Amino acid sequence: MSKLGEVCRHIRSKNAGPFWVTIDLFFADEQLFRRYRDAPALGPELFERLFGADPRLVRRLPVDDLQVVKISFPRAQPQGWRGERDMHAGQQYVRLLDVEIG
Amino acid sequence: MTQAQRVAAEISVLVPTGMLGAGVKREHIRYGIANGAHAIAADSGSTDSGPSYLARGVSKMNRESIKRDLEVLMDEAFRARIPLLIGTCGTSGTDSGVDWTRDIAIEVAADLGIEPKIACLYSEQSPADLVLKNQQGKITPLPPLGPATDTLLESCEHIVALMGPEPYIAAVQAGADIVLGGRTTDTAVLAAIPLLLGAGAAPSWHAAKVAECGGQCTVNPRMGGVLMRVGKDSFDIEPLSLENQCSPQSVSAHMLYESSDPYRLTEPGGVLEVLNADYRALNDRVTRVTGSKWQPMPYTMKLEGARGGDFQTIMFIGIEDPQVLAHLNEFHDIMLRTLTERVEATFAGEASSFDLSLRLYGWNGTSGRPVPASTPPPRDVGIMLVVTAPTQDLANRMAKACNPYFFHMPLRPGIELPSYAFPFSPAEIPRGQVYEFLLNHVVHTRDGFELIRTEWTDLALAAHQKTEHV
Repeated sequence: MSKLGEVCRHIRSKNAGPFWVTIDLFFADEQLFRRYRDAPALGPELFERLFGADPRLVRRLPVDDLQVVKISFPRAQPQGWRGERDMHAGQQYVRLLDVEIG
Repeated sequence: MTQAQRVAAEISVLVPTGMLGAGVKREHIRYGIANGAHAIAADSGSTDSGPSYLARGVSKMNRESIKRDLEVLMDEAFRARIPLLIGTCGTSGTDSGVDWTRDIAIEVAADLGIEPKIACLYSEQSPADLVLKNQQGKITPLPPLGPATDTLLESCEHIVALMGPEPYIAAVQAGADIVLGGRTTDTAVLAAIPLLLGAGAAPSWHAAKVAECGGQCTVNPRMGGVLMRVGKDSFDIEPLSLENQCSPQSVSAHMLYESSDPYRLTEPGGVLEVLNADYRALNDRVTRVTGSKWQPMPYTMKLEGARGGDFQTIMFIGIEDPQVLAHLNEFHDIMLRTLTERVEATFAGEASSFDLSLRLYGWNGTSGRPVPASTPPPRDVGIMLVVTAPTQDLANRMAKACNPYFFHMPLRPGIELPSYAFPFSPAEIPRGQVYEFLLNHVVHTRDGFELIRTEWTDLALAAHQKTEHV
């Protein structure tokens, strides 16, 4: 069982406008990308559980040429709300590092 | 523009920076102009830094940094007789942001001794006009938001519509040397000149998307902007620095950046599709892109709206006491309960609503999520109390009421009162207003001009009239 942080060379998160977060998973090589690009562990439920995202709106877009899986989901609250802790969503990826990906 | 430029096989746009005011280098501008730039275009705004700039209608960048960049760009563009296009003036692209930038440009023109013709494009919308559009069914929500209500539209302090390229094209056709736009899509301001001069729609938009953040699509993003050369079916992208490179990897990877979908980009009047785009190195510095598609669609403009809400006051303490650090989750819960009871008791009847939040930096302050039970205690923790209330005065007074408990609360009752480490005096810091984004909607319009107003400042004419009056 591998963790997501172990099979990616880089993971980043950022706002995509004030209402969405987008996460880019840069897999370490072609083989790992192919193995995990459709992994059920990266389904909408994960983003509901970790980020409070509406699972119906979670989008997953593999980018084969870059060996990247992009996952975009709506913020539970818009950027800058009174309880904001991460204005640019730049640290949101960290909670994905230990996800068991299979 | 000369006839020779009009029939050029490739239309070149110099993109000096991803954000006006971030700094431009004169030698880069000269390199781009020497390599055939038909225009200089740059973006001057973003929602990236949060809702405050739109809600207040003020710029994030300071006046001096905008002026410093405009001095170089206006000087070089005017000498080369090519237009200078700036999108989303003043960070949020409100009318006030356009006027602010125009006044700086007039000052720069006087300093340089030049008399450009300046077109200002305004895209701020009155809530009343949009309420009417909404009643006509012309405003539709984008997920995750629901339909706009009249109340929602009216509660925005500023609403801007994201402009397409058409008003820029019309302004340049009418002789503008400088075009200063209100809120505009990052791409439209860069795509305008290629579209005007006959480049293909798909490569114009795709090149603009790649170049929108200046050097972000290059191997070394800190080495300045890019030159985009757009043809009928392809475009080339090249850094302005001879030491930098645009590689197929750096260019295609930029499509991922801050966008929820790397393959489809909805713009005013169409959709850019790059699923089958091919990125190929032309040489060690330049990448050529082919295979993008542009699908014309009924004209829509995205709306952004924001307002100011409640006010916040913060306090901060540091704790190294090992007993507290060994029981941080429990400490957090007791402290939050104690402070909440204190505020409720002290302000009963006065405060209609308030919110207290404790953020334990060094423990879980960044995420606010539960910490696994096995986690060892940290050596040090910083606790930020955020008080949110309807007025600044109330938030300040609530923080003051919390002060003795925040400062001295023991982990267990009955032990001698500890004192934690305040870094500041006074301890409470009025932080100001909380601003909110309220709109994530599109408005359907007849065309790219319906919601836009253009105003002209012709400095040559102004100088002439001044002379006549003497």
